[in-house]
Amino acid sequence: MRRIISVLMENEPGSLSRVVGLFSQRGYNIESLTVAPTEDETLSRLTLTTIGDDHKIEQITKHLNKLIDVVKLVDLTEGAHIEREVMLIKVKAAGAQRAEIKRCVDIFRGQIVDVTASLYIIQITGTSDKLDAFLQAVGDASILEVVRSGVSGIARGEKVLSL
Amino acid sequence: MLIRALRDEGVTTVFGYPGGAALHIYDAIFRQKDVKHILVRHEQAATHAADAYSRSTGDVGTVLVTSGPGATNAITGIATAYMDSIPMVVLSGQVVSERIGEDAFQETDMVGISRPIVKHSFMVRDARDIPEVIKKAYYIARTGRPGPVVIDIPKDITNPFDTYPYEYPEKVKIRSYTPATRGHAGQIKKAVQLMLESKRPVIYAGGGVVQGNGSELLTDIARKLNYPVTNTLMGLGCYPGSDRQFLGMLGMHGTYEANMAMHNADAILAVGARFDDRVTNAVNKFCPNAKIVHIDVDPASISKTVTADIPIVGAVDSVLSEMLALIGESEQKPDAAAIKNWWEQIDEWRDSHGLYTAPRYNTGGEKIMPQDVIKALHEVTGGDAYITSDVGQHQMFAAQYYLFDKPRRWINSGGLGTMGFGLPAALGVQMAHRDAVVACVTGEGSIQMCIEELATLTQYHLPVKIICLNNQALGMVRQWQDMQYDSRYSESLYEDSLPDFVKLMEAYGHVGMRVTQKDDLKAKMEECFAMKDRVVFMDIAVDTSEHVYPMQIAGASMRDMWVSKTERT
Repeated sequence: MRRIISVLMENEPGSLSRVVGLFSQRGYNIESLTVAPTEDETLSRLTLTTIGDDHKIEQITKHLNKLIDVVKLVDLTEGAHIEREVMLIKVKAAGAQRAEIKRCVDIFRGQIVDVTASLYIIQITGTSDKLDAFLQAVGDASILEVVRSGVSGIARGEKVLSL
Repeated sequence: MLIRALRDEGVTTVFGYPGGAALHIYDAIFRQKDVKHILVRHEQAATHAADAYSRSTGDVGTVLVTSGPGATNAITGIATAYMDSIPMVVLSGQVVSERIGEDAFQETDMVGISRPIVKHSFMVRDARDIPEVIKKAYYIARTGRPGPVVIDIPKDITNPFDTYPYEYPEKVKIRSYTPATRGHAGQIKKAVQLMLESKRPVIYAGGGVVQGNGSELLTDIARKLNYPVTNTLMGLGCYPGSDRQFLGMLGMHGTYEANMAMHNADAILAVGARFDDRVTNAVNKFCPNAKIVHIDVDPASISKTVTADIPIVGAVDSVLSEMLALIGESEQKPDAAAIKNWWEQIDEWRDSHGLYTAPRYNTGGEKIMPQDVIKALHEVTGGDAYITSDVGQHQMFAAQYYLFDKPRRWINSGGLGTMGFGLPAALGVQMAHRDAVVACVTGEGSIQMCIEELATLTQYHLPVKIICLNNQALGMVRQWQDMQYDSRYSESLYEDSLPDFVKLMEAYGHVGMRVTQKDDLKAKMEECFAMKDRVVFMDIAVDTSEHVYPMQIAGASMRDMWVSKTERT
């Protein structure tokens, strides 16, 4: 099952390599990974998505917690949460295609953020599923380049991941 | 500043080897007397010696090496300590800060290379941080599930011309690190209840009991309940080995009675043990009828391979003392009739196949049997020596036949299985216990992996005794080749390449003895240990074809064992 694990950790050199190293060392997969400092600049927030059964996820969270640099973590998929991923995509947009792609962007509530005579750059935000669906709708033939940010997430309601 | 911080942390002994990037530190060592430095002959030995120093005392071991090859040579020893959860701090020199990343002379990314085998690591970026980093490193190494910590120190950070105000922190707090202490009271209560209701209980205790100073409490609980106890390889000594309630070691080369008791148990109290693959055999066939209580300071060890019915995360000594109190208060007592039946069953296993009731190996031949060597060692040392070991058949024979009555007496590389560990380990133990009897049980293969430390023994007058079970081959490798590869001895025989160990010892200024006759064994052993102030090497020609038994059959349950070359369960 796909899980989103959100980690609050010390913003120190080497912290990220410990997290990434843990995954390769113990044979766990990382599907996506995003990391940036928080409003408290001594802390970083890292969000990763991984796939595994309950036993594996339990081991992953236990081992992450054991890392000295990890302050707290939460498996967002255990409760209601909001997840978002940003994608920038460069597509061919010439002739009849141009209008068709514009319509598609509107349907998915994306934005065209750059234009040339023959291509669009589109920005689209949503769950990973939605981004996948958009790529499928546009079709491989038109796609020139895709950049995805990886998943970020936050729990719904009162639950807060902080010190 | 660094050496002063070590002194203020209470460090008295450092094992190390100098080199360019560490020279400022070495100069500081020269100019003081509180911290004693032991110059080994190879950095791997420094880590093993510090590791064994820690295993035998409970204090944190300290290592100092230079950058590059000094650091990489230390890696095997760090991994050894990591696998066995030994508290250790490794200080490594590094090239000057501004050269880092330029492939400078003797540069290596020590923090990166050691990352998967340390509990934590630091790179010091400002000399003013030294006291705090030292304090944190020792705190992390010692607390929770102990482990090695690396501190990488660029050379400019220890420049003696830069001076700073110095203050050693009294306390340390790390917001992201809160090691477990007390166990959950409700879980402890449930565990006591389960154990008291059990009709076929086994206490399975590991290295965590030794490390967590829980041996006395564990012994009290076992005696109070009259329950059988088995130890892992790392746990030996945490329950008295010569006691009636002790079943011996369990697992791959565990005793018949320990493995049978585990397989047939209805409740297992696992304390400071991690259900290692060398213990459980096939996990899906492990102890089919047992409810499992698992006490461990490390939450990640619980339910990692075998699911615990009652997990308890906490420090072993704290949890065991709460359990002992609850058992004392409880109105419920163990089911005496059931426990009596259980002991009758265990004694039957013991009598039929046990290692200690009657010899289970060929005692009638002319050759010296390795088991007899360990028995003689036990007898001559009164069972009270510190025994270090290398890795292989001799290690298993020592574990099986030297019945350890006290914790911290059995010093071996259990998790990583590091050949070459034994001799530097003996060095470290003898440094910590100058008047104690320290013997290294080894083989002619393992001893050659760190044999250069014979010179260190000379330099510091450490009268270690080396008991070499010489079977002219990598015995454990050959045993597997006998059992699984139709005796095709691929690269496991030494043929005529072995050195003359007696002459070699003499070259180092030590005493070498060769024993080839069975009848001489005991007298020679006594002669060896009578030379109290000398290093003595006993090169003992043992039966070259002997195997270690019992041996579990791969992929099966705990009760499936070869008990001799021809007999299996």
